[in-house]
Amino acid sequence: MHIYADNAATTALSPDVLKAMTPYLTEIYGNPSSLYRTGAVAKDAVEAARENIAKLIGAKSPAEVYFTSGGSESDNWAIKGVCKVLKAQGKNHIITSKFEHHAVLHVCESLAKEGFEVTYLDVYSDGLVRPEDVKAAIRPETALVTIMYANNEIGTIQPIAEIGKICREAGVLFHTDAVQAMGNVPVNVTDDSVDLLSLTAHKFHGPKGCGALYIRRGVRIANLIDGGAQERSRRAGTENVAGIVGLSKALEIAIDTMEERREKLTKMRDRLIDGLLRIERSRLNGSRECRLPGNVNMCFEGIEGESLLLKLDLAGVCASSGSACTSGSLDPSHVLLSLGLPHEIAHGSLRLSFSDSNTEEDIDYLLKVVPEIVDYLRSFSPLWDKIKSEN
Amino acid sequence: MAYSEKVMDHFANPRNVGEIPDASGVGEVGNSKCGDIMRMYIKVEGNVITDCKFKTFGCGAAIATSSMATELIKGKTIDEALKLTNKAVMEALDGLPAVKVHCSVLAEQAIKAALSDYYTRQGIDPTPIVGVIKECDHDHGCGCEL
Ligand SMILES: Cc1ncc(COP(=O)(O)O)c(C=O)c1O
Ligand code: FES
Ligand SMILES: [Zn+2]
Ligand SMILES: [Zn+2]
Repeated sequence: MHIYADNAATTALSPDVLKAMTPYLTEIYGNPSSLYRTGAVAKDAVEAARENIAKLIGAKSPAEVYFTSGGSESDNWAIKGVCKVLKAQGKNHIITSKFEHHAVLHVCESLAKEGFEVTYLDVYSDGLVRPEDVKAAIRPETALVTIMYANNEIGTIQPIAEIGKICREAGVLFHTDAVQAMGNVPVNVTDDSVDLLSLTAHKFHGPKGCGALYIRRGVRIANLIDGGAQERSRRAGTENVAGIVGLSKALEIAIDTMEERREKLTKMRDRLIDGLLRIERSRLNGSRECRLPGNVNMCFEGIEGESLLLKLDLAGVCASSGSACTSGSLDPSHVLLSLGLPHEIAHGSLRLSFSDSNTEEDIDYLLKVVPEIVDYLRSFSPLWDKIKSEN
Repeated sequence: MAYSEKVMDHFANPRNVGEIPDASGVGEVGNSKCGDIMRMYIKVEGNVITDCKFKTFGCGAAIATSSMATELIKGKTIDEALKLTNKAVMEALDGLPAVKVHCSVLAEQAIKAALSDYYTRQGIDPTPIVGVIKECDHDHGCGCEL
């Protein structure tokens, strides 16, 4: 048995995407900035991808889409770029949430060292930012609101359109990290009143190392990467042509198949959640209703997440406990702590995230092995002994 | 971060798991907030540790170091067990990733805690013999209250 249940960390490259990319990794190797034919063909491919992506995310013009190296760069550019411009106008306040990805939180921390004040909004026990909290936090000196579209660990989908409306009315710029949401739920920058949006290809069966930042026309932003005149002089560097073509193709497929996938995955997800909740002292982390179709995140009291993952790995299951970049650190994830979970419970978390390639048989197998492993680890857990004796 | 084959072997097939109902000493270290608790049971006959068992809540390395530590002291004299260092446990496991070194410290401390309990039960002050048991020796770095 081999089950890949870590699609929130990254996804398999789709064969159709690879097929679309291959010519740009082989015969069409020209530099898009060159004048001769093979360069021009590459340039056309980049511009066709830009147009396609603009359409898919509801942008008004392809000129609002900028290619980057992925989600982390897009987040860095959006936040640092806007804050640099607005700081000069005396704006030195950022509003974000406690459970953003590190690509947002660490940028905010670094800006705090440069004199920015950062408000970290609570996400409550359901893992949802409250639009009224955003409204209450906005001040005259607020430069930017940055709230993720969907959380990478617990999959909760934020009320982005409401937050966008509040920001637009207050005249404050709004960035959203839509890395996890893109291709899984409908995202439309115009309907959602978003000014800047980050996305990355490898979360929807595209290649790694290629993403985009949507920048609404009229938003003033400083460069993050200076150099050549690519991306209309806003993001230097020879274009990752094959990656850009792959990003465009992957997003198109993801959005075309979103509705049927949502139906299938939601059914699988709910069956798994219901089954795992039968385990004594287990809980689902984050809202069940406002949740990505493929995300299950649970805590099992009395056991520790890493040993659970290792046992699952031995049973042929790839899963995660907290976000991929957090593993290797000793502390429970900031996301689970932000829900108000105590440390000892947050340590025992498991994230299973699914894609179209997962099957009902995968769910059957997980419903068999996860309870067995939890039982086994609890059988020699002194913490479990204590929990049991307290009742 | 990757574990050695030895660590994975002791994680997948931990030795000496369980309790000793009539233990001569029981020691527990770590705390649940940290994500590791180790409890060691020892049976002492004469001067020799004839049996040793453990129960651990923790990561793969915590389980593997507990298992290895029990193997290293079983059948040994108390004096030998007192000399067991976290380094020896790590070496026996062909090393641990840097972030997991504290787990081996915890295993060393758990044995000392069990020996400490053994002496206390004998009416002997353990501190001069065993030393002070540290509960948690690392900095979490996350800024959380602990
Ligand atoms: C919410 C979120 N933002 C940003 C990133 C970073 O994206 P990338 O790996 O493309 O830099 C990830 C995933 O790793 C993510 O889940
Ligand atoms: S986490 Fe290992 S001893 Fe505290
Ligand atoms: Zn800890
Ligand atoms: Zn902490």
